[in-house]
Amino acid sequence: MSETLMEVRDLYKHFPIHAGFFRRQVGAVKAVDGVSFDVLRGETLGLVGESGCGKSTTARVLLRLLDATSGSITFEGREISNIKGSELKALRREMQMIFQDPYSSLNPRKTVGTIIADPFVIHGTKQTKAERKAAVQELMDIVGLNPEHYNRYPHEFSGGQRQRIGVARALALKPKVIVADEPVSALDVSIQAQVLNLLRELQRDLGLTLIFIAHDLSVVRHMCDRVAVMYLGRIVELASSEQLYTHPRMPYTGALMSAVPVADPRLAASKKRQVLAGDVPSPTNPPPGCRFHTRCWKAQEICRNEDPPLTAKDGGNLAACHFPLTDAEVLERVPSARSLSG
Amino acid sequence: MPPLLEVENLQVHFETEDGLVKAVDGVSYSVDSGQTFGIVGESGSGKSVSSLTVMGLTRARNARISGSVRFNGKDLLGASEDEMRQIRGNDIAMIFQDPLSSLHPFYKVGAQIAETVRSHRDVTKAQAWDRAVEMLSLVGIPEPRRRADAYPHEFSGGMRQRAMIAMALANDPKLLIADEPTTALDVTVQAQILELIERLQSEFDTAVVVITHDLGVVAEMADEIAVMYAGRIVEKADTDTIFAAPEHPYTWGLLSSIPRLDSPRGEELVPIGGRPPSLINLPTGCSFHPRCPYVREAHKRTEPKLEPVPGRPGHEVACLLPSETRRKLWAELRQGIKPGDARSDVMEEKAL
Repeated sequence: MSETLMEVRDLYKHFPIHAGFFRRQVGAVKAVDGVSFDVLRGETLGLVGESGCGKSTTARVLLRLLDATSGSITFEGREISNIKGSELKALRREMQMIFQDPYSSLNPRKTVGTIIADPFVIHGTKQTKAERKAAVQELMDIVGLNPEHYNRYPHEFSGGQRQRIGVARALALKPKVIVADEPVSALDVSIQAQVLNLLRELQRDLGLTLIFIAHDLSVVRHMCDRVAVMYLGRIVELASSEQLYTHPRMPYTGALMSAVPVADPRLAASKKRQVLAGDVPSPTNPPPGCRFHTRCWKAQEICRNEDPPLTAKDGGNLAACHFPLTDAEVLERVPSARSLSG
Repeated sequence: MPPLLEVENLQVHFETEDGLVKAVDGVSYSVDSGQTFGIVGESGSGKSVSSLTVMGLTRARNARISGSVRFNGKDLLGASEDEMRQIRGNDIAMIFQDPLSSLHPFYKVGAQIAETVRSHRDVTKAQAWDRAVEMLSLVGIPEPRRRADAYPHEFSGGMRQRAMIAMALANDPKLLIADEPTTALDVTVQAQILELIERLQSEFDTAVVVITHDLGVVAEMADEIAVMYAGRIVEKADTDTIFAAPEHPYTWGLLSSIPRLDSPRGEELVPIGGRPPSLINLPTGCSFHPRCPYVREAHKRTEPKLEPVPGRPGHEVACLLPSETRRKLWAELRQGIKPGDARSDVMEEKAL
């Protein structure tokens, strides 16, 4: 469990902005701006944060769907941030992705059987048609689809079933890592639970490593062993789920938790909702010092000038903060912490 | 005094090539000034269509609307298009889910708000503009005078949603209908918007109807909640009751299929099997029966009515199970017993 599968060090991904007649580079969107973390074998690692914080970009760079600007990514001890050609193709078999929108991520003109068999064709693993069909039907069975629906088209399936097709396709090559980018946010509440349960079961049974991206903090807590909170291209806090949700250290994490509406009227009435003022600053020109200082209620002079490193804080959380939250402050603001700790 | 908004036995059916779509099929509720009424349901439950009809926005040629909608004593279903135009944006305002597609990309934000004011009030352009700036500052947009001069694409998602709220509230409406007001937003912005709606509501005594699939949002905002399924209200009660003592298996399903921040982490989710029915071919009897873990043979033939729960004033439920059984089942669910393993007499009867 604790063996490291992937190591990400000082990862940067900047998207250049060009302007003017000569299309000169006038700036860059710093989508991922110095991120380091490990992915452990068999775990579910959550990435959370507001839109534009770089969580999806980080995952795409990890899978080599985007090239990193700089930094290193190792997979089973091997550097993968610069591999090309057949080496890269071989790597693709180890890592797969499940997308957010089950409507646009499946080709409407192909049958489900062809869609799920595509990875076999591309990587030449199952040579004959009969072999592929058997493999596809087995996959459909694993994800809870009726194998007889092999010849149907995506439009004949509901949203939840389509997401299952996406899962089956991702599982086809028996990857070691699956990145799920907002896999349930397009689904209805009652269907969400079906897909979440499926992902959890598959992970348990197949020993998958899952990188789970979502903006819904309750879903992330339910799914993940460890969670990284991102803000403006950086990881600002990284901790085990238990620890993060009961004892957040970074005021930003505290604010996120406090903002989640709780489906319990009594708890909702008693909490002191901490509303973050303003919007996320632009990633082209992040604030100096701690990036969160413009919206932080605990910010002081040092926060405006000095960028805090990601270090271990009280309770074992890694957090990038000069003035981490105390337990008393957490209890006042985060209702989940209160109901869990007594 | 009669309630501000009174919807009675509202039916909205659409004729389509495939058949009659019963989007809303006999819905009744009422809202008082200063109250927040929550409507919860999945896609296709009819929650949006019912409120669009209140606004007179479903009057298509293929729509068949019946029942009654009374606002301040006035019948809205029978009102002419001109009369509705007087009411919309003035007495009743609406906030939509997607602020980018609800604001005109070509006009300045301030101009769009000023237009709302000028179409209902006899004011000069300058006065209307001032009102627009005032509204933008009320909803917490920094530098409102400068921002009024900006176009929607220059606003962030949260700011657009605020601008839309500013527009909705510009004429001090008595009723605000918010259709998934925060679904497209991040949690932090969502918290800002919910706080804003609550503050404005307490200041102006506005009645709010909030339509959402998010149980957390209604738990925080609503005084009373209606749970909709397949075009009907299946359960209606005050907010505390819906969460503490719900009596409809669908409501149970919704509550146990969301992971909660305040429950132990390892807890398994209990999804509702199957999927929402087609509104053209509704299941016979109770329309929830194909997905209900407690279904009995008779439920496939008899349609349940929304009836008061004995001993609980204000709590209504449309379920054929006896109230006593429902309470036992809910108590078992709370103890973590899954629907399939329910020990209550319902299951014993099934075994026989």
